[in-house]
Amino acid sequence: MAKQHVTTSINGNATEFLCDTHQTLLEVLRDELYMTGTKEGCGTGDCGACTVNVNGRMMCSCLMLGAEAQGKSITTIEGIANGEKLHLLQKKFIEHAALQCGICTPGMIVAAKTLLDNNKNPTEEQVRYWLAGNLCRCTGYNQIIEAVMDAAKELRGA
Amino acid sequence: MSAVVTEKKLKVVGTRPDRPEGVPKVTGTAQYGADWNLPGMLWGKILRSPHAHARIRKIDTSKALKLPGVKAIITGADFPEQKFDYVGAARVALNFWHITRNIMAREKVLFEGHPLAAVAATTPAVAAEALKLIEVDYEVLPHVIDVDEAMKPDAPLLFEDMIPRGYQPEATQPSNISKRVDFKLGDVDAAFATADEVVEASFRTAPVHQGYIEPHACLVRTDADGQAECWSSSQGHFAVRNLTAKIVGMKVGDLRCHAAEIGGAFGGKTVVYVEPVAVLLSKKSGHPVKIMMTREEVFKATGPTSGASMTIKIGVMRDGKIVAAEGIFKYQAGAFPGSPVMNGCMCSFAPYDIANVRTTGYDVVCNRPKTVAYRAPGSPISAFAAESTLDLAARKIGMDPVQFRLKNIAKPGTPTVFGTKLNFNGFAETLQALQKHPGYTAPLGKNQGRGVAAGYWFNGAGESSAVVSANEDGTVVVATGSPDIGGSRASTAQMAAETLGIPYEAVRPIIADTNSVGFTQTTGGSRVTFATGMTVINACNKVIAEMCVRAAKIWKIEPENVVWEDGSARPAGKRAGEFPPLSFREIASKRTATGGPISASATMNAEGQAPGFTAQFCDVEVDPETGHVKILRFVAAQDVGRAIHPSYCEGQINGGVVQGIGWALNEEYIYDKQGHLENPGFLDYRMPVASDLPKIEPILVEVPNPNHPYGVKGVAEANIVPPMAAVANAIHMATGKRLTDLPMSPPKVLAAIDATG
Repeated sequence: MAKQHVTTSINGNATEFLCDTHQTLLEVLRDELYMTGTKEGCGTGDCGACTVNVNGRMMCSCLMLGAEAQGKSITTIEGIANGEKLHLLQKKFIEHAALQCGICTPGMIVAAKTLLDNNKNPTEEQVRYWLAGNLCRCTGYNQIIEAVMDAAKELRGA
Repeated sequence: MSAVVTEKKLKVVGTRPDRPEGVPKVTGTAQYGADWNLPGMLWGKILRSPHAHARIRKIDTSKALKLPGVKAIITGADFPEQKFDYVGAARVALNFWHITRNIMAREKVLFEGHPLAAVAATTPAVAAEALKLIEVDYEVLPHVIDVDEAMKPDAPLLFEDMIPRGYQPEATQPSNISKRVDFKLGDVDAAFATADEVVEASFRTAPVHQGYIEPHACLVRTDADGQAECWSSSQGHFAVRNLTAKIVGMKVGDLRCHAAEIGGAFGGKTVVYVEPVAVLLSKKSGHPVKIMMTREEVFKATGPTSGASMTIKIGVMRDGKIVAAEGIFKYQAGAFPGSPVMNGCMCSFAPYDIANVRTTGYDVVCNRPKTVAYRAPGSPISAFAAESTLDLAARKIGMDPVQFRLKNIAKPGTPTVFGTKLNFNGFAETLQALQKHPGYTAPLGKNQGRGVAAGYWFNGAGESSAVVSANEDGTVVVATGSPDIGGSRASTAQMAAETLGIPYEAVRPIIADTNSVGFTQTTGGSRVTFATGMTVINACNKVIAEMCVRAAKIWKIEPENVVWEDGSARPAGKRAGEFPPLSFREIASKRTATGGPISASATMNAEGQAPGFTAQFCDVEVDPETGHVKILRFVAAQDVGRAIHPSYCEGQINGGVVQGIGWALNEEYIYDKQGHLENPGFLDYRMPVASDLPKIEPILVEVPNPNHPYGVKGVAEANIVPPMAAVANAIHMATGKRLTDLPMSPPKVLAAIDATG
């Protein structure tokens, strides 16, 4: 079957790619564009490791077809830092030891950034529920929640 | 043994610096098992059995081979035969006849998901299409899933010729019981007869998966001269190398293995599944081959740890002294022998000073995936039974559960059921720290309960290698063979910086491949910060000795009159005060003029590890309408020896406790009548998520290990041992009902609440 030609924006860069109609956005990112920062943990939308931001909304990239990226604006973990300048969330994740193995971290950070883009002053409970779709097996979540709360506080200038 | 460093103030050890590989992990550039690619690479996929138990009559790959894009297909026939022999210490013995059949089935498939062929093709889609074209003729056989069922004389046999080991007199009839083990201390029967009270209960646990978020993945390239190179996600790339070389029949020196960044493991990545398959596919096709498991494959064919059926009996005096304890532990091994039942027998009563103990274990095969290590393998299972029964005993005599444990706690000199004596302090201190937590005496509300449990784990030591090299600007590269799962790059860099007297930021820790550093055992058994850490310290001390020699050359004095203090060489003895000190950086910058590169390696087979001990309490609230158990508070005290990086010690405790909460409340394998796993995904295999949990409260207890220069004890595993019993004990207090069957999911809790009596 002929491949789909897709024109999209990834991390602010105009991007074109060819993909099979069955390929997920996750597969396109990882296997066609070699952007391996977005991780596959389950392929069924249950773990959040492949979380990306699509037009301002949090998405599991394994649940979206590559072809559906047409005309969309996508942010992946590779687009969170500004060059060598880390995003505050990235700094706070390191500072709070909010990662051990780190495989859930890209998805966690993209998800947390989407939260803070929409809610500068989340409660701990809101953070816990917002990140409930992002599994972490190493940390027990304590330090992740602390990192996000601390980043929110600093972003508010509190 | 050198004394623990306490006399001077530590500058780096005990602080919380940023981890060295933090930036790659938060920006997405860290390369995990599935993140490696090579030009011309093929995609490997594995055909898996749809049956729980069947004889393989024939595998026909001819149609699949004709599919355009298919470059190679292998089956069990492509692997060399292995000798039937149990090799290594009994606790961790390997049998390659079994291992090769777990990687690729031969005569029979023994569980749903058992691999029996593999394809390499130009795209994942072609490889998946090719799997559908492989024709397998099966003779489906009766299967057995449950451990008690599998032990019955009329159970379907996985191995028709397997005679149980460990019986006196020797067993003669084949059985699914692979092995019986038993341990004895004192005279148990006589002691039970003297006890004021005897409590007895039976328990069941479900198999649970390690649940690492990264599925198994590897990339392999091979050369026409027989050399091969492998990038894979594992707890030990030396283990990957040695196991893979043996399984595919190549020389160890011909296989170079790299440690990819590892996305969680918890024991589950101490073995190989995909690496030998990728090597043979690459050899056969002449292309690099990448294999990535799906989550469904991970659930059906890797891990888990055993489910078990157990009975515990404890005899106590009214003053709280435990006089006798007995445990019978039946552990599922999965499709091949080798459950951690021996660990369960050894650890169950190890925290306590009990004069009369008997534990008996059974290793039982059944038609499930072969079990693999999971965090303190074996200990959490037997501890659920033992610590639940201890709670029953404390209730029976009306004693506070922490006080009861303190009265019986093991101390240096206490004998264990496995023959050795406890050599370390820390158990009592940990219980006391838990007891002092203000939450322990806080009032509880309606439907709420508080449960206490403790846990023991051996901790490991063993073989490690390290190379420490000084650069001309005073920075240092520390190369070890230990993959970093939970922060060991940070802890080894801290110990190197502390030893050398240089800033933490000047140390760059790396994990060298198998051709670049000496053999190093797998990251497991909470051994790395202890054993690899000590090896790094030894290499640093050699570098310091060389630095002193170089300073002597610069000063033109005798090396014995140079000492190393606070990161600088100083003239000493009769030369004291003759020259200003030379810093690490100053000496490093003069390396060419003073004798060339400054680099030292160290290797050791470390000993002297201290066991891990933890004591925990949790508060729960049970919803009497639904049976749902909410964790309100979880406090975990653990003896860490000395916390090199306290944040990562706390992280280990938090993570272990939360895995234990999942084990206690949600996680289980659900099989249908045909032996098919019904929940092979994260939606239905329900691990704890952020909104399920309170903030876990870790307490670091620091009773230094005298056998390590900085007092390290392993911290990664003991924490998962008590939570299942702690939660069950709390539910008992909240409801008056004893839950003995894991997981304590809402239907079971509700049934217990509704049961009369």
